[in-house]
Amino acid sequence: MTGVRTLLPLAAYALALGDDALILAQRLGEWVARAPQIEEDVALANIALDLLGQARTLLSYAGEVEGAGRDEDDLAYQRDDRDFRNVQLVEIPNGDFAVTMARQLVFSAYQYELYTALLTSADPTLAGLAGKAVKEVAYHRDHATQWVLRLGDGTDLSHARMQAGLDQVWPYTDELFDPADQLPGVAADPAALRPAWQRYITEVLSEATCHQPEPRWRSRGGRDGLHTEHLGHLLAEMQHLNRSHPGATW
Amino acid sequence: MNDDSKRGWPLWEVFVRARRGLAHQHVGSLHAPDGAMAVRNARDVYTRRGEGVSIWVVPSAAIVANNPDEKDSFFDPAADKVYRHPTFYDVPEGAKHL
Repeated sequence: MTGVRTLLPLAAYALALGDDALILAQRLGEWVARAPQIEEDVALANIALDLLGQARTLLSYAGEVEGAGRDEDDLAYQRDDRDFRNVQLVEIPNGDFAVTMARQLVFSAYQYELYTALLTSADPTLAGLAGKAVKEVAYHRDHATQWVLRLGDGTDLSHARMQAGLDQVWPYTDELFDPADQLPGVAADPAALRPAWQRYITEVLSEATCHQPEPRWRSRGGRDGLHTEHLGHLLAEMQHLNRSHPGATW
Repeated sequence: MNDDSKRGWPLWEVFVRARRGLAHQHVGSLHAPDGAMAVRNARDVYTRRGEGVSIWVVPSAAIVANNPDEKDSFFDPAADKVYRHPTFYDVPEGAKHL
């Protein structure tokens, strides 16, 4: 199987964004039947399905650009963890509800800036996806914001757990903004997304009476296929059916 | 509300307007910690398939209902007042939607 390192930059870019969405969709799906209320089950499942839809477009496109005959299913189910290009933020375990909401805030605020930038991409597929996805992600960001505000500015206990959730995910935030292959006019420069992301985060955390953590370490390498031990377990569950019954349809 | 908070989130009644010009219709109820979250939950639970363009939520506790024991005195007297129905007019041909 072709390693991702040999992909064309555009295919690698679509794959990286698609893998972020796919892996987070799988993680959020784990909340179904486990969320604090059934209404929240539905909300998280909706968000997961939005992300899955984005992943399908992006993986299909990556396969098309690659030109090696791989479709979305081949890319989702037949790659091993070293071939996944997602940031480590999306693969870490859900933790408690506050950890998941901290991650949702960080990631949806990032995706909001990302898709806003891609609206003017010279690549029609990426621009088209961005037009649809930016509306979905605006809701994801609002959903996470509402929870961070309520938990952060809630009771002493909810505040402590919200802050602990933020502390847990913050080492994984820098990776979102690491430099990527330059695709001028087509891709969004990750570093350029950060100022607007930071403004939004600062505003929410301040209103939530939480502080932005200053972790002493940071994750690295997701975009190069270096992952935490958790991704392999996630893939085992996600890929099991397809690998046991290759080509199965229903 | 205190009793509700011990059991979980309070209950909200959800009203959805399918499109401009129609009235909001009651579609069901759900739990949410407050009104802002109730609107969002209603969006996720009741408008996933494009059912609406506007959502109202009302605390279930705010609804005042008639007493079911007074059903007879409330509703039966209307049953034999045929003159209250507009059936004594000739409807012009071609007048639709009356």
